[in-house]
Amino acid sequence: MNPELLVLADARLPSGGHGHSGGVEALATRGLLRASADLALFLHGRLRTGGETIAAAAAAACLLAGTGAPEWAPWDAAVDARTPSAALRTASRGQGAALLRTVARAWPGPAITALHALVRPHHPIVLGAAAAGASATAEDAAALALHHLTGGAATAAVRLLGLDPLAVAAVTAELARAARPIAASAAAAARTAVAAGDPALLPAGGSPLHDVLAQLQESAEVTLFAS
Amino acid sequence: MHRDHALTVHDHAPLAAGPAGPLRIGIGGPVGGGKTALVAALCRALGDRFSIVVVTNDIYTTEDADFLRRNGVLPDERIAAVRTGCCPHTAIRDDITANLDAVEELVARHDPDLVLVESGGDNLTATFSYGLVHAQIFVLDVAGGDKVPRKGGPGVTLSDLLVVNKIDLAPLVGADLEVMRRDADAVREGRPTVFLSLREQPDAGPVAQWVATQVAARRG
Repeated sequence: MNPELLVLADARLPSGGHGHSGGVEALATRGLLRASADLALFLHGRLRTGGETIAAAAAAACLLAGTGAPEWAPWDAAVDARTPSAALRTASRGQGAALLRTVARAWPGPAITALHALVRPHHPIVLGAAAAGASATAEDAAALALHHLTGGAATAAVRLLGLDPLAVAAVTAELARAARPIAASAAAAARTAVAAGDPALLPAGGSPLHDVLAQLQESAEVTLFAS
Repeated sequence: MHRDHALTVHDHAPLAAGPAGPLRIGIGGPVGGGKTALVAALCRALGDRFSIVVVTNDIYTTEDADFLRRNGVLPDERIAAVRTGCCPHTAIRDDITANLDAVEELVARHDPDLVLVESGGDNLTATFSYGLVHAQIFVLDVAGGDKVPRKGGPGVTLSDLLVVNKIDLAPLVGADLEVMRRDADAVREGRPTVFLSLREQPDAGPVAQWVATQVAARRG
Protein backbone atom coordinates (compact mmCIF):
# COMPACT_ATOMS: atom_id res chain seq x y z
CA MET A 1 0.00 0.00 0.00
CA ASN A 2 1.36 3.37 -1.07
CA PRO A 3 -0.02 6.04 1.32
CA GLU A 4 0.49 8.83 -1.23
CA LEU A 5 -2.04 7.14 -3.48
CA LEU A 6 -4.66 7.49 -0.75
CA VAL A 7 -4.17 11.25 -0.93
CA LEU A 8 -4.71 11.20 -4.69
CA ALA A 9 -7.76 8.96 -4.30
CA ASP A 10 -9.32 11.14 -1.62
CA ALA A 11 -12.28 13.19 -2.82
CA ARG A 12 -11.20 15.84 -0.31
CA LEU A 13 -8.11 16.62 -2.41
CA PRO A 14 -8.97 19.93 -4.13
CA SER A 15 -9.68 18.97 -7.74
CA GLY A 16 -13.02 20.51 -8.67
CA GLY A 17 -14.60 17.05 -8.72
CA HIS A 18 -17.45 17.94 -6.38
CA GLY A 19 -19.02 20.10 -9.09
CA HIS A 20 -19.36 17.21 -11.57
CA SER A 21 -21.93 14.40 -11.48
CA GLY A 22 -20.66 12.23 -14.35
CA GLY A 23 -24.03 12.30 -16.09
CA VAL A 24 -26.04 11.50 -12.97
CA GLU A 25 -27.82 14.86 -12.75
CA ALA A 26 -29.00 14.61 -16.37
CA LEU A 27 -30.23 11.06 -15.70
CA ALA A 28 -31.90 11.96 -12.42
CA THR A 29 -33.76 15.00 -13.72
CA ARG A 30 -35.21 12.84 -16.51
CA GLY A 31 -36.35 10.11 -14.14
CA LEU A 32 -33.88 7.66 -15.67
CA LEU A 33 -31.99 7.09 -12.45
CA ARG A 34 -34.11 6.59 -9.33
CA ALA A 35 -32.40 3.96 -7.19
CA SER A 36 -28.97 2.65 -6.29
CA ALA A 37 -29.53 -0.31 -8.64
CA ASP A 38 -29.92 2.13 -11.56
CA LEU A 39 -26.69 3.82 -10.50
CA ALA A 40 -24.90 0.46 -10.44
CA LEU A 41 -26.11 -0.44 -13.95
CA PHE A 42 -25.09 2.92 -15.39
CA LEU A 43 -21.64 2.87 -13.81
CA HIS A 44 -20.86 -0.76 -14.67
CA GLY A 45 -21.49 0.25 -18.27
CA ARG A 46 -19.30 3.32 -17.94
CA LEU A 47 -16.43 1.31 -16.45
CA ARG A 48 -16.33 -1.14 -19.34
CA THR A 49 -16.57 1.51 -22.08
CA GLY A 50 -15.45 5.10 -21.65
CA GLY A 51 -14.00 4.17 -18.27
CA GLU A 52 -11.37 1.88 -19.73
CA THR A 53 -10.46 4.63 -22.21
CA ILE A 54 -9.76 7.27 -19.57
CA ALA A 55 -8.06 4.69 -17.34
CA ALA A 56 -5.67 3.84 -20.17
CA ALA A 57 -4.96 7.54 -20.75
CA ALA A 58 -4.17 7.98 -17.06
CA ALA A 59 -1.94 4.90 -17.08
CA ALA A 60 -0.11 6.16 -20.16
CA ALA A 61 0.40 9.56 -18.55
CA CYS A 62 1.82 7.85 -15.48
CA LEU A 63 4.32 5.89 -17.61
CA LEU A 64 5.24 8.98 -19.64
CA ALA A 65 5.74 11.13 -16.56
CA GLY A 66 8.27 8.60 -15.31
CA THR A 67 10.48 9.55 -18.27
CA GLY A 68 10.96 13.17 -17.19
CA ALA A 69 9.30 16.00 -19.13
CA PRO A 70 7.39 14.28 -21.94
CA GLU A 71 5.82 15.83 -25.02
CA TRP A 72 2.26 15.81 -23.67
CA ALA A 73 0.34 17.33 -26.57
CA PRO A 74 -0.22 14.18 -28.69
CA TRP A 75 -1.44 12.23 -25.65
CA ASP A 76 -3.75 15.03 -24.59
CA ALA A 77 -5.05 15.20 -28.16
CA ALA A 78 -5.74 11.45 -27.99
CA VAL A 79 -8.12 12.09 -25.08
CA ASP A 80 -9.77 14.85 -27.11
CA ALA A 81 -10.24 12.47 -30.02
CA ARG A 82 -11.87 9.91 -27.71
CA THR A 83 -14.30 12.43 -26.21
CA PRO A 84 -16.91 13.24 -28.89
CA SER A 85 -19.05 15.43 -26.61
CA ALA A 86 -17.83 19.04 -26.55
CA ALA A 87 -19.40 19.44 -23.09
CA LEU A 88 -17.40 16.49 -21.79
CA ARG A 89 -14.19 17.82 -23.30
CA THR A 90 -14.82 21.09 -21.47
CA ALA A 91 -15.60 19.25 -18.23
CA SER A 92 -12.49 17.07 -18.53
CA ARG A 93 -10.26 20.06 -19.26
CA GLY A 94 -11.83 22.02 -16.40
CA GLN A 95 -11.17 19.22 -13.94
CA GLY A 96 -7.70 18.73 -15.37
CA ALA A 97 -6.88 22.40 -14.82
CA ALA A 98 -8.31 22.24 -11.30
CA LEU A 99 -6.32 19.15 -10.37
CA LEU A 100 -3.18 20.61 -11.94
CA ARG A 101 -3.38 23.55 -9.51
CA THR A 102 -3.19 21.14 -6.62
CA VAL A 103 -0.64 18.67 -7.96
CA ALA A 104 1.72 21.46 -9.02
CA ARG A 105 1.93 22.26 -5.30
CA ALA A 106 1.76 18.74 -3.89
CA TRP A 107 3.88 16.74 -6.38
CA PRO A 108 5.98 19.27 -8.31
CA GLY A 109 8.40 17.99 -10.92
CA PRO A 110 9.43 18.29 -14.57
CA ALA A 111 6.50 16.21 -15.87
CA ILE A 112 3.99 18.44 -14.06
CA THR A 113 5.78 21.60 -15.18
CA ALA A 114 5.62 20.38 -18.79
CA LEU A 115 1.82 19.97 -18.43
CA HIS A 116 1.47 23.73 -18.05
CA ALA A 117 2.35 24.05 -21.74
CA LEU A 118 -1.10 22.63 -22.49
CA VAL A 119 -2.90 25.37 -20.51
CA ARG A 120 -5.90 23.12 -19.75
CA PRO A 121 -4.83 19.47 -19.99
CA HIS A 122 -7.40 16.68 -19.79
CA HIS A 123 -8.15 15.25 -16.36
CA PRO A 124 -6.81 11.70 -16.91
CA ILE A 125 -3.52 13.11 -18.20
CA VAL A 126 -3.05 15.25 -15.08
CA LEU A 127 -4.18 12.43 -12.82
CA GLY A 128 -1.72 9.99 -14.39
CA ALA A 129 1.15 12.48 -14.17
CA ALA A 130 0.31 13.18 -10.53
CA ALA A 131 0.17 9.44 -9.85
CA ALA A 132 3.71 9.10 -11.19
CA GLY A 133 4.77 11.87 -8.82
CA ALA A 134 3.24 9.81 -6.03
CA SER A 135 5.31 6.75 -7.12
CA ALA A 136 2.29 4.93 -8.55
CA THR A 137 2.30 2.11 -11.10
CA ALA A 138 0.38 2.35 -14.37
CA GLU A 139 -2.20 -0.03 -12.85
CA ASP A 140 -2.56 2.31 -9.87
CA ALA A 141 -3.12 5.29 -12.17
CA ALA A 142 -5.78 3.40 -14.13
CA ALA A 143 -7.50 2.35 -10.90
CA LEU A 144 -7.45 5.95 -9.66
CA ALA A 145 -9.18 7.15 -12.83
CA LEU A 146 -11.90 4.51 -12.43
CA HIS A 147 -12.24 5.27 -8.72
CA HIS A 148 -12.92 8.96 -9.41
CA LEU A 149 -15.32 8.10 -12.25
CA THR A 150 -17.51 5.99 -9.96
CA GLY A 151 -16.99 7.99 -6.78
CA GLY A 152 -18.01 11.34 -8.25
CA ALA A 153 -21.16 9.93 -9.82
CA ALA A 154 -22.12 8.00 -6.68
CA THR A 155 -21.74 11.07 -4.45
CA ALA A 156 -23.83 13.13 -6.85
CA ALA A 157 -26.59 10.51 -6.76
CA VAL A 158 -26.70 10.68 -2.97
CA ARG A 159 -26.89 14.47 -3.02
CA LEU A 160 -29.47 14.75 -5.79
CA LEU A 161 -31.81 11.87 -4.98
CA GLY A 162 -31.34 11.26 -1.29
CA LEU A 163 -30.30 7.68 -1.98
CA ASP A 164 -29.29 5.67 1.07
CA PRO A 165 -25.55 6.38 1.32
CA LEU A 166 -24.92 2.93 2.81
CA ALA A 167 -26.57 1.27 -0.18
CA VAL A 168 -24.52 3.47 -2.48
CA ALA A 169 -21.35 2.52 -0.59
CA ALA A 170 -22.16 -1.12 -1.36
CA VAL A 171 -22.54 -0.18 -5.02
CA THR A 172 -19.17 1.59 -5.10
CA ALA A 173 -17.44 -1.33 -3.40
CA GLU A 174 -18.86 -3.69 -6.02
CA LEU A 175 -17.79 -1.29 -8.76
CA ALA A 176 -14.28 -1.25 -7.30
CA ARG A 177 -14.16 -5.05 -7.57
CA ALA A 178 -15.34 -4.81 -11.17
CA ALA A 179 -12.74 -2.12 -11.87
CA ARG A 180 -9.74 -4.29 -11.00
CA PRO A 181 -9.48 -6.27 -14.29
CA ILE A 182 -10.41 -3.16 -16.28
CA ALA A 183 -7.55 -1.23 -14.69
CA ALA A 184 -5.21 -4.11 -15.53
CA SER A 185 -6.23 -4.24 -19.19
CA ALA A 186 -6.11 -0.44 -19.47
CA ALA A 187 -2.59 -0.42 -18.03
CA ALA A 188 -1.50 -3.16 -20.43
CA ALA A 189 -2.83 -1.21 -23.39
CA ALA A 190 -1.09 1.92 -22.10
CA ARG A 191 2.24 0.09 -21.87
CA THR A 192 1.90 -1.00 -25.50
CA ALA A 193 1.02 2.52 -26.66
CA VAL A 194 3.81 4.18 -24.66
CA ALA A 195 6.39 1.60 -25.76
CA ALA A 196 5.45 2.32 -29.36
CA GLY A 197 5.32 6.07 -28.71
CA ASP A 198 1.92 6.05 -30.38
CA PRO A 199 -1.17 7.45 -28.59
CA ALA A 200 -3.36 6.10 -31.40
CA LEU A 201 -2.87 2.65 -29.84
CA LEU A 202 -4.76 3.67 -26.68
CA PRO A 203 -8.20 2.07 -26.24
CA ALA A 204 -11.01 4.12 -27.77
CA GLY A 205 -14.19 2.74 -26.23
CA GLY A 206 -16.93 5.26 -25.61
CA SER A 207 -20.20 5.70 -23.72
CA PRO A 208 -22.67 7.31 -26.15
CA LEU A 209 -25.34 7.74 -23.47
CA HIS A 210 -22.86 9.64 -21.32
CA ASP A 211 -21.97 11.87 -24.29
CA VAL A 212 -25.65 12.65 -24.92
CA LEU A 213 -26.32 13.31 -21.23
CA ALA A 214 -23.41 15.75 -21.09
CA GLN A 215 -24.79 17.72 -24.01
CA LEU A 216 -28.26 17.78 -22.42
CA GLN A 217 -26.77 18.91 -19.12
CA GLU A 218 -24.90 21.74 -20.80
CA SER A 219 -28.02 23.06 -22.52
CA ALA A 220 -30.27 22.85 -19.43
CA GLU A 221 -31.10 26.22 -17.91
CA VAL A 222 -30.78 25.28 -14.24
CA THR A 223 -28.27 22.68 -13.13
CA LEU A 224 -26.45 22.10 -9.87
CA PHE A 225 -23.50 20.25 -11.41
CA ALA A 226 -21.27 21.44 -14.23
CA SER A 227 -21.48 18.01 -15.89
CA MET B 1 -28.21 51.92 16.76
CA HIS B 2 -24.82 52.87 15.30
CA ARG B 3 -25.11 52.19 11.62
CA ASP B 4 -21.59 53.41 10.91
CA HIS B 5 -20.06 51.51 13.80
CA ALA B 6 -16.37 50.61 13.49
CA LEU B 7 -16.00 51.13 9.77
CA THR B 8 -12.25 51.00 9.84
CA VAL B 9 -9.84 48.43 8.53
CA HIS B 10 -9.24 46.23 11.54
CA ASP B 11 -6.14 44.45 12.75
CA HIS B 12 -7.28 41.13 11.34
CA ALA B 13 -7.43 42.35 7.75
CA PRO B 14 -5.60 39.62 5.80
CA LEU B 15 -4.84 41.94 2.89
CA ALA B 16 -1.11 41.36 3.00
CA ALA B 17 -1.53 37.65 2.37
CA GLY B 18 -3.67 35.71 -0.05
CA PRO B 19 -3.88 35.57 -3.81
CA ALA B 20 -2.04 37.91 -6.17
CA GLY B 21 -3.84 40.46 -8.31
CA PRO B 22 -6.82 42.69 -7.60
CA LEU B 23 -8.83 42.67 -4.39
CA ARG B 24 -11.18 39.70 -4.07
CA ILE B 25 -14.07 39.91 -1.65
CA GLY B 26 -16.23 36.91 -0.81
CA ILE B 27 -19.90 37.43 0.01
CA GLY B 28 -21.53 34.57 1.91
CA GLY B 29 -24.49 33.87 4.14
CA PRO B 30 -27.74 31.92 4.41
CA VAL B 31 -30.26 31.65 1.58
CA GLY B 32 -32.44 34.71 1.10
CA GLY B 33 -30.39 37.11 3.21
CA GLY B 34 -29.70 39.44 0.31
CA LYS B 35 -26.30 38.38 -1.09
CA THR B 36 -27.29 38.93 -4.72
CA ALA B 37 -29.02 42.19 -3.81
CA LEU B 38 -25.82 43.31 -2.07
CA VAL B 39 -23.72 42.41 -5.11
CA ALA B 40 -26.09 44.45 -7.27
CA ALA B 41 -25.95 47.36 -4.80
CA LEU B 42 -22.15 47.33 -4.74
CA CYS B 43 -21.95 47.28 -8.53
CA ARG B 44 -24.37 50.20 -8.64
CA ALA B 45 -22.57 52.18 -5.92
CA LEU B 46 -18.98 51.51 -7.02
CA GLY B 47 -19.28 50.71 -10.71
CA ASP B 48 -18.33 54.19 -11.84
CA ARG B 49 -15.22 54.29 -9.60
CA PHE B 50 -13.94 50.75 -10.01
CA SER B 51 -13.84 48.09 -12.69
CA ILE B 52 -15.77 45.18 -11.14
CA VAL B 53 -16.26 41.50 -12.06
CA VAL B 54 -18.52 39.00 -10.27
CA VAL B 55 -18.31 35.23 -9.79
CA THR B 56 -21.59 33.77 -8.62
CA ASN B 57 -21.99 30.30 -7.12
CA ASP B 58 -25.72 30.42 -6.63
CA ILE B 59 -28.10 28.35 -8.69
CA TYR B 60 -27.63 30.32 -11.83
CA THR B 61 -30.53 31.08 -14.12
CA THR B 62 -31.24 33.63 -16.79
CA GLU B 63 -33.26 35.49 -14.15
CA ASP B 64 -30.14 35.95 -12.02
CA ALA B 65 -28.25 37.41 -14.96
CA ASP B 66 -31.23 39.65 -15.69
CA PHE B 67 -31.32 40.70 -12.04
CA LEU B 68 -27.70 41.85 -12.13
CA ARG B 69 -28.06 43.38 -15.59
CA ARG B 70 -31.11 45.34 -14.54
CA ASN B 71 -30.05 46.25 -11.02
CA GLY B 72 -26.31 46.23 -11.04
CA VAL B 73 -25.40 47.72 -14.38
CA LEU B 74 -22.98 44.86 -14.88
CA PRO B 75 -22.67 43.47 -18.38
CA ASP B 76 -22.97 39.70 -18.83
CA GLU B 77 -19.35 39.22 -19.82
CA ARG B 78 -18.28 40.44 -16.38
CA ILE B 79 -20.25 37.70 -14.61
CA ALA B 80 -19.11 34.06 -14.38
CA ALA B 81 -21.17 31.27 -12.85
CA VAL B 82 -19.63 28.29 -11.05
CA ARG B 83 -21.77 25.25 -10.34
CA THR B 84 -20.96 23.64 -7.03
CA GLY B 85 -22.73 20.28 -7.15
CA CYS B 86 -25.03 20.96 -4.18
CA CYS B 87 -22.06 21.94 -2.02
CA PRO B 88 -21.70 25.74 -1.96
CA HIS B 89 -19.44 25.67 1.10
CA THR B 90 -17.04 23.19 -0.56
CA ALA B 91 -16.55 25.54 -3.50
CA ILE B 92 -15.52 28.48 -1.31
CA ARG B 93 -13.60 26.62 1.39
CA ASP B 94 -12.34 23.05 0.86
CA ASP B 95 -12.00 22.91 -2.91
CA ILE B 96 -11.66 26.39 -4.32
CA THR B 97 -10.20 25.31 -7.66
CA ALA B 98 -13.28 25.98 -9.81
CA ASN B 99 -13.73 29.44 -8.30
CA LEU B 100 -10.01 30.20 -8.74
CA ASP B 101 -10.42 29.25 -12.39
CA ALA B 102 -13.39 31.57 -12.84
CA VAL B 103 -11.73 34.46 -10.98
CA GLU B 104 -8.48 34.23 -12.92
CA GLU B 105 -10.27 34.07 -16.25
CA LEU B 106 -12.28 37.22 -15.48
CA VAL B 107 -9.18 38.99 -14.17
CA ALA B 108 -7.22 38.11 -17.31
CA ARG B 109 -10.05 39.35 -19.52
CA HIS B 110 -11.04 42.57 -17.70
CA ASP B 111 -8.11 43.58 -15.44
CA PRO B 112 -10.57 44.73 -12.75
CA ASP B 113 -10.00 46.65 -9.51
CA LEU B 114 -12.40 44.43 -7.58
CA VAL B 115 -13.58 40.83 -7.79
CA LEU B 116 -16.75 39.87 -5.92
CA VAL B 117 -17.25 36.14 -5.29
CA GLU B 118 -20.83 35.42 -4.24
CA SER B 119 -21.29 32.09 -2.47
CA GLY B 120 -24.38 30.01 -2.91
CA GLY B 121 -26.74 30.32 0.05
CA ASP B 122 -25.53 28.12 2.87
CA ASN B 123 -25.58 27.72 6.62
CA LEU B 124 -23.81 29.52 9.43
CA THR B 125 -20.72 27.33 9.24
CA ALA B 126 -19.79 28.45 5.73
CA THR B 127 -16.65 30.50 5.39
CA PHE B 128 -14.36 31.53 2.54
CA SER B 129 -10.83 30.23 2.24
CA TYR B 130 -8.22 32.99 2.23
CA GLY B 131 -6.68 31.12 -0.69
CA LEU B 132 -9.65 32.37 -2.71
CA VAL B 133 -10.42 35.83 -1.32
CA HIS B 134 -8.66 38.59 0.61
CA ALA B 135 -11.67 39.57 2.70
CA GLN B 136 -15.18 38.31 3.27
CA ILE B 137 -18.59 39.74 4.02
CA PHE B 138 -21.22 37.60 5.75
CA VAL B 139 -24.84 38.63 5.12
CA LEU B 140 -27.63 37.83 7.58
CA ASP B 141 -31.15 39.16 7.64
CA VAL B 142 -33.29 39.96 10.65
CA ALA B 143 -36.07 37.67 9.42
CA GLY B 144 -33.77 34.71 10.05
CA GLY B 145 -34.17 35.43 13.76
CA ASP B 146 -32.35 37.71 16.17
CA LYS B 147 -30.63 34.71 17.82
CA VAL B 148 -28.47 34.00 14.78
CA PRO B 149 -25.47 36.11 15.90
CA ARG B 150 -25.52 34.30 19.25
CA LYS B 151 -25.35 30.95 17.46
CA GLY B 152 -22.05 32.08 16.00
CA GLY B 153 -20.18 30.00 13.45
CA PRO B 154 -17.23 31.17 11.38
CA GLY B 155 -19.35 33.43 9.16
CA VAL B 156 -20.64 35.42 12.11
CA THR B 157 -17.47 35.43 14.17
CA LEU B 158 -14.65 35.61 11.61
CA SER B 159 -16.05 37.51 8.61
CA ASP B 160 -14.24 40.77 7.95
CA LEU B 161 -17.59 42.55 7.74
CA LEU B 162 -20.90 41.28 9.10
CA VAL B 163 -23.97 42.74 7.40
CA VAL B 164 -27.41 42.45 9.01
CA ASN B 165 -29.91 43.18 6.25
CA LYS B 166 -33.65 43.87 6.11
CA ILE B 167 -33.76 45.88 9.34
CA ASP B 168 -36.99 47.43 8.03
CA LEU B 169 -38.59 44.06 8.77
CA ALA B 170 -37.40 43.93 12.39
CA PRO B 171 -40.69 45.13 13.96
CA LEU B 172 -42.69 42.73 11.78
CA VAL B 173 -40.71 39.63 12.78
CA GLY B 174 -40.09 40.63 16.38
CA ALA B 175 -36.33 40.91 15.97
CA ASP B 176 -34.40 42.95 18.53
CA LEU B 177 -31.57 44.72 16.70
CA GLU B 178 -29.81 45.67 19.94
CA VAL B 179 -29.66 41.99 20.90
CA MET B 180 -28.17 41.19 17.50
CA ARG B 181 -25.65 44.01 17.88
CA ARG B 182 -24.64 42.94 21.38
CA ASP B 183 -24.31 39.26 20.47
CA ALA B 184 -22.32 40.00 17.31
CA ASP B 185 -19.97 42.39 19.12
CA ALA B 186 -19.41 39.78 21.84
CA VAL B 187 -17.91 37.25 19.42
CA ARG B 188 -16.37 39.45 16.70
CA GLU B 189 -13.39 40.86 18.61
CA GLY B 190 -13.77 44.31 17.13
CA ARG B 191 -14.55 43.29 13.55
CA PRO B 192 -17.23 45.61 12.16
CA THR B 193 -20.94 44.89 11.84
CA VAL B 194 -23.36 47.06 9.87
CA PHE B 195 -27.15 47.07 10.02
CA LEU B 196 -29.06 48.17 6.94
CA SER B 197 -32.04 47.65 4.70
CA LEU B 198 -30.98 47.20 1.10
CA ARG B 199 -34.53 48.03 0.08
CA GLU B 200 -34.32 51.41 1.78
CA GLN B 201 -30.60 51.94 1.08
CA PRO B 202 -30.16 50.55 -2.44
CA ASP B 203 -26.60 51.94 -2.59
CA ALA B 204 -25.61 49.84 0.47
CA GLY B 205 -23.89 52.99 1.79
CA PRO B 206 -21.77 51.68 4.70
CA VAL B 207 -20.91 48.41 2.93
CA ALA B 208 -19.87 50.22 -0.25
CA GLN B 209 -17.74 52.55 1.87
CA TRP B 210 -16.06 49.58 3.57
CA VAL B 211 -15.40 47.88 0.22
CA ALA B 212 -13.96 51.09 -1.25
CA THR B 213 -11.61 51.31 1.74
CA GLN B 214 -10.44 47.74 1.13
CA VAL B 215 -9.82 48.42 -2.57
CA ALA B 216 -7.76 51.50 -1.64
CA ALA B 217 -5.78 49.50 0.93
CA ARG B 218 -5.08 46.78 -1.65
CA ARG B 219 -3.85 49.32 -4.18
CA GLY B 220 -1.56 50.78 -1.47
